[in-house]
Amino acid sequence: MIDLVVKSCGPMTALQDRGRFGYQGFGVSPSGAMDRRALAMANALVGNPPDTGAIEFVNLGGAFTCDGGDLRLAVAGAGAVASIDGTAVPPLTSFILREGQTLEVGHPRTGTFAYLAVAGGLAVEPQLGSLSFHLRSRLGGLKGASLQAGNRLPCRPEGQAGEPMELAADISEETGPLRVMLGPQDDYFTPDSIRLLLESEFTISPQADRMGFQLTGPKLEHAKGFNIVSDGIVDGHIQVPGSGQPIVLMRDRQTAGGYPKIATVISADLARFAQMRSGTKVRFRAVERDEAVAAARQLRDWIASLPTHLTPVRYALTTEHLLSRNLIGGTVDALSPVSHD
Amino acid sequence: MPTPKILPCGDSALTVEFGSTIDPALNAMVLALDEIVRAHAPAGLIETVPTYRSLTIQFDPAATDYDALVRLLDQETKDLAPRHAVGRRWRVPVVYGGAYGSDLEEVAEIHGLTPNQVIEIHSSAIYRIYMIGFLPGFTYLGGLDKRIATSRRLHPRAKIPAGTIMIGGEQAGIAPMDMPSGWHNLGLTPVRPYAPERDPVFLFAAGDEIVFEPVDASRWEAMEKAVRAGEPVAEEIRP
Repeated sequence: MIDLVVKSCGPMTALQDRGRFGYQGFGVSPSGAMDRRALAMANALVGNPPDTGAIEFVNLGGAFTCDGGDLRLAVAGAGAVASIDGTAVPPLTSFILREGQTLEVGHPRTGTFAYLAVAGGLAVEPQLGSLSFHLRSRLGGLKGASLQAGNRLPCRPEGQAGEPMELAADISEETGPLRVMLGPQDDYFTPDSIRLLLESEFTISPQADRMGFQLTGPKLEHAKGFNIVSDGIVDGHIQVPGSGQPIVLMRDRQTAGGYPKIATVISADLARFAQMRSGTKVRFRAVERDEAVAAARQLRDWIASLPTHLTPVRYALTTEHLLSRNLIGGTVDALSPVSHD
Repeated sequence: MPTPKILPCGDSALTVEFGSTIDPALNAMVLALDEIVRAHAPAGLIETVPTYRSLTIQFDPAATDYDALVRLLDQETKDLAPRHAVGRRWRVPVVYGGAYGSDLEEVAEIHGLTPNQVIEIHSSAIYRIYMIGFLPGFTYLGGLDKRIATSRRLHPRAKIPAGTIMIGGEQAGIAPMDMPSGWHNLGLTPVRPYAPERDPVFLFAAGDEIVFEPVDASRWEAMEKAVRAGEPVAEEIRP
C-alpha cells in the first residue's frame, strides 16, 4: 500500500464521494461532494469512475507527501491549482507525486470546494457504503473524522504508473438565475412571497456551509404559519423559517424538518450554487419538470463524456520527469512547465 | 381517509402527504406505502424517507419515468391498508431520576404527581416509533400518556448525554448521542440506538415499538459494560 500523507490542511478538509444513500430513514444525511462536476473531473483525470471518493477542500488548500511509492493525482474545482515542490502544475492536468516531493493544493479561488483525486481511489474502508464524511453522524472520512496533519490515507499501488492526462473540458460558467421548481409547500406562502422569491435578488450570507446556505433578501411572508409537522427534506429545498429569510439546504442537511419549503433548486444547478461564496447575489427562476429533467440528463451526459476529453499531457512536469523520458540531457536546468512541441 | 397529495420536491424527489398532523392512522399509511414502494423498486429509485405523516421518495431524475411513478402511487394509495402490525417490540432498561434524569421531580411537580407516579406512567405505555430523524437513530415516539405530557423547556440545553430518556410535548424520545435538547430528561439508558462501529448500526426502525423498564442504579455499571462490549442490551420481546 502507498500512503498519501497529510502535512497540513484546513479544518473542514475531508473525504467525499457521491454520498451515503439508503439511511435517511434512520436519520443519516446523505452528505457527499458539494460539487459533483468538479469531483467527476478530478476522477476522470486519474481514470476513476466519476463518483469515486476524493479529498474535498473547503476554502483552504493543503500539503501532502507520499510514502511507499509514487502516486498519480489530480486536482479540480473552483480554480484550485496544485504545485509540486513549488512548481505549478497546469490546471486540469493529472500529475505524479514522487516520494520525497511535497504537493501543495492551493485554496479554491473562484468558489469554495475543490477536490484531490488519486488513481484507483482511496483504500479507506467505507462506512454504511460511503466514504463521505458527515460531522454529526460521525460517519465516513477517516473513522468518522475530517482530515488533519499526520493522517495517512492508504492508496492502491495498481494504476499509479499511468500516463498524466489533461482534460479539455471545463465547467461552463453559467450566470443566469438558479432554476427552481416550486413546492413542496408553496401553498404555505402568500402569492406576493412567491413573486418576491422569483423577482428579487438575494445575497448569500456568511452562514453558508455544507448543511445549508442562509440567504438575506426581502422577507417572505407565510400564509398559514411557519410550523409544520416534520416531513422529508431533499438537497436544494428552500426552507423559510419564521424570520422570512430563506435557507437553501445542502448535502449535510437533516433528513426531516419542520419549516415550510417554498421551492427546490433543481439538481443540475446545485453544484454551481454550492460554489457561490458568501456575499454573492442570486436570483431564482421557476421551471417546469421537463426543463429540470432535461438539465439533469445533460449533466449526466457531460459527466459521462469526460473521459473522451482526455489527452496525454503535453507538458513535462519536472526535470526528473524529462530525464526519465530521455527528452533532455542531464545538464539542462529545465524548469516546468515546459512545452516540448 | 382523504386522497393523499403528491407534492413535488424538485426534479429528484416527491412527497406523498397523507395529512398534516401527528396521527397514528396517518403514520400507519405512510409505513404501508413505504413497504410497497420499496418492494416495487421502480427504475431510478434512490431511497424512501418515511416521516410522521408523509413519505418522501428520492430518485435519479435522469433515470426515472416520473409519470409512471405517479401512476404507481395513485394506484397503490387508492386502497392502501394501514400497516399496524409491527415486526418488533423492544424492552429498554432505564434508570430514572436523580443524576440520571434531572427533570423527573420538576415534571412530577408540574402535574401534581410523585416522581414514582411519573415513572409508573412513563414505563407502562407502549411507544411506537413514528419516525427516525433529526440525528442518526433519534426515535420520535408516540404513545406518551397525556397525564405527563409536558411542554418543552423554556431554556433548551446545549448538550444532553447519549441515552437520555426524554419527553417534550406529547412526544417521547431516546437521545442516540450527545445532542442539544429542549425536552425534559426523565432518565438514562445505556442502550445506544445508533453505533457506527456496531453491527447492527441501528437498533430500531420506524414502526417498531418500545417499552421502558425501570431498573435500579446499581445495575448501571454492568449494563454499560455490556453495551461497550457491543451488546444491544435493549431486548427484543414478543408483543
